[in-house]
Amino acid sequence: MSLEHVDEYRDRKAIGALVHAIEREATKPWTLMEVCGGQTHSIVRYGLDQLLPDTIELVHGPGCPVCVTPIGMIDRALELAARPEVIFCTFGDMLRVPGSSEDLYHVKARGGDVRIVYSPLDAVELAATEPAREVVFFAIGFETTAPANAMAVAMAEKRGLGNFSILASHVLVPPAIEALLSAPDNRVQGFLAAGHVCAVMGSAEYEPLARRYRVPIVITGFEPLELLSGILACVRQLEAGEAKVDNAYARFVRSAGNPHAIAMLRRVFEVAPQTWRGLGEIPASGLILRSAFARFDATKRFSSDIGVVPEDPECQSGDILRGRLKPAACTAFGTRCTPENPLGAPMVSNEGACAAYFRYRGLTPTT
Amino acid sequence: MTLPSCPLPLPDSLDEDALVTLAHGGGGRLMRRLIEDVFAAEFDNQWMREGHDGAILEALPGRPVLTTDSFVVSPLFFPGGDIGELAVCGTVNDLAMCGATPRYLTTGFVIEEGFSIADLRRVVRSMARAAASAGVQIVTGDTKVVERGKADGLFINTAGLGFVRDGEETRPSRVEVGDAILVSGDVGRHGVAVLAAREGLGLETDLLSDCAPVAGAARALIDAGIEVHCMRDLTRGGLATALVELATSVDLCLSIDETKVPVIGAVRGAAELLGLDPLYVANEGRFVAIVRGADAERCLEVLASEAQAASRDALTPFAPALIGEVRQAPAGRVLATTTTGAERLLGMLSGEQLPRIC
Amino acid sequence: MCLALPGRVVELFGTDPLERTARVSFGGVSRKISLAFTPEAELGDFVLVHVGVAIAILDEEEAQSSLAAFAELEALEAGDGDVSS
Repeated sequence: MSLEHVDEYRDRKAIGALVHAIEREATKPWTLMEVCGGQTHSIVRYGLDQLLPDTIELVHGPGCPVCVTPIGMIDRALELAARPEVIFCTFGDMLRVPGSSEDLYHVKARGGDVRIVYSPLDAVELAATEPAREVVFFAIGFETTAPANAMAVAMAEKRGLGNFSILASHVLVPPAIEALLSAPDNRVQGFLAAGHVCAVMGSAEYEPLARRYRVPIVITGFEPLELLSGILACVRQLEAGEAKVDNAYARFVRSAGNPHAIAMLRRVFEVAPQTWRGLGEIPASGLILRSAFARFDATKRFSSDIGVVPEDPECQSGDILRGRLKPAACTAFGTRCTPENPLGAPMVSNEGACAAYFRYRGLTPTT
Repeated sequence: MTLPSCPLPLPDSLDEDALVTLAHGGGGRLMRRLIEDVFAAEFDNQWMREGHDGAILEALPGRPVLTTDSFVVSPLFFPGGDIGELAVCGTVNDLAMCGATPRYLTTGFVIEEGFSIADLRRVVRSMARAAASAGVQIVTGDTKVVERGKADGLFINTAGLGFVRDGEETRPSRVEVGDAILVSGDVGRHGVAVLAAREGLGLETDLLSDCAPVAGAARALIDAGIEVHCMRDLTRGGLATALVELATSVDLCLSIDETKVPVIGAVRGAAELLGLDPLYVANEGRFVAIVRGADAERCLEVLASEAQAASRDALTPFAPALIGEVRQAPAGRVLATTTTGAERLLGMLSGEQLPRIC
Repeated sequence: MCLALPGRVVELFGTDPLERTARVSFGGVSRKISLAFTPEAELGDFVLVHVGVAIAILDEEEAQSSLAAFAELEALEAGDGDVSS
């Protein structure tokens, strides 16, 4: 019944002990941000924010690649998925993200060949077994997922596949943290960095941020004990007036990251400016295919009229993603915006803050 | 002079390579042959032999209880069961959840043209086996054949009739504050077995679906003199959905400790890997029992011995668990205490749970 | 982002680095996983798996050391801060 290297980090007594330690050591109020949507999901699902003392405020960050995929990119995906010659492969997360007027689920219902895959490598296999069709893979993600998406392109190239392409929308974490820190009204005093992003990229790129903005950055995992220990490490630094990069996820994160994954990522992708849905354009915060791999770029392979698409004016996801607004405080939360009829991505993504609050807390606090 | 041979010869019997065609649904000789060869051969009883428009049944003691369900599972054959077994167990279980003894089933088939007759026979044999094991008879049925693309292979509907003795009806209105909430075994096996059988996710496992009739266990509780207030079998949407539906019907709070809900390793592994919540993963052979608080321990004992008997053939034995209690407030809600001690709300999913990577 | 799960390497396939894969077991289900980014992974190792690819190998010593730290903290709390054993 138990999962090794997972369940040990969900132990109730140890969780209680860590909460007490945080209570004892936090002598002043501190505002921390967990960057990664997966961490947000875990925090809300396990009620960690309810257990923490009032001195600690957790602000939810923009680390949800589903949430920040530009609305125009979703529309591009819908257009491609509707083409009869295309098999559109996607992670399950993207299926109900609203574009300008509908989502992939609707396109599938109308006959679009939309298939959920667990791995981008499965989409490559599909292209090999379906030579008469065009296989397009919706390649979204942060640095954790980008190397696997890159590998898919590398494999397609190696196997000489002429019917595989990706619709790519990748985002990078450090520029987003910098954009948040440099905003004049930033309240975040300490960061819990995304553990799995760092398993790939390492910790070095966070050093300049910690130094320049004088904020502690603690690389943190996803299980309750790991999140609490990341929070404790951050609090300890804040109480001591320190601002360093600290690795609280050392069982999987080395300071140099994963050189093989980084090499693959750099071989296939290069850094470019990127629009974040709800946040606007952030320089050097995205990844695009290198010109050597242009034939695997779905935006070049298939023409489209879709350009920049404006956001729904009612949706306040920008403020949610910046941590300026809690989901329950949004005027549309639970009324005009629900998981069935989302105005924006944070309400439909599994790790979107709005979805997490709606699902685990309901419309009103339960306790 | 040689006579021209008929371009559409009728086969003497349906051979194993034969496919169902639109002609088999036409009401003519081919349809008769299909019914005799495939259905009547397996569902053999006085009503099927009578072959009338309806089955004129025995009046049995107790109040009649009626239920219906349609089955569209894909793939049709999965580890531990198939659509036929599901079609019988699902409806038998719904009757048992009302405190009724299941007796009679009807069955309707919508078959896509091109469906293999051999597969149809397999499904029908499964139904006959499941019906025999549940002690029910399939007394009347219907068959339609539709064009290619209109039925995903095979759809089955079953309706079930059972009888419940006075005082033994189990229904939401009997649920009270202080009642104990139990689950008859570990959750999520069916959903994971089906996911693993579907190509595309690449999961490998020996796990079998938990598809099984629960009528025996439900009966055992009532016969043991346990004051059973309500039962609900778990199907699509899993344990959480069943609890949410109940909480809404009874307008009370169902409070559970999610660390007490049994989940076996294979289900946990698949769920964690794909980002699914085991509490929402499908089951087809488990039920929730809400009983008078004082009867909780005894209920657990009875469910445990039923589980032991049923586990004899299963890869991994299963065991019931006491998972929570009924409270006054917040009314209509399901609360789950998590491993951290904090509570989370269990709500309705908007649609089906999809694998995720984020 | 980044749902990833630790699993145990129970079988290895292939020698070409890009094609190296393993059967990785997660509590009773298993899946073929790419080891292109963790070529040093051996039978019995635990790897962190995201979208069908291993992105890190578990450092058992670090894992033990953090679990030991949690246990120590738990003991401290249980003893209400008393210095014992």
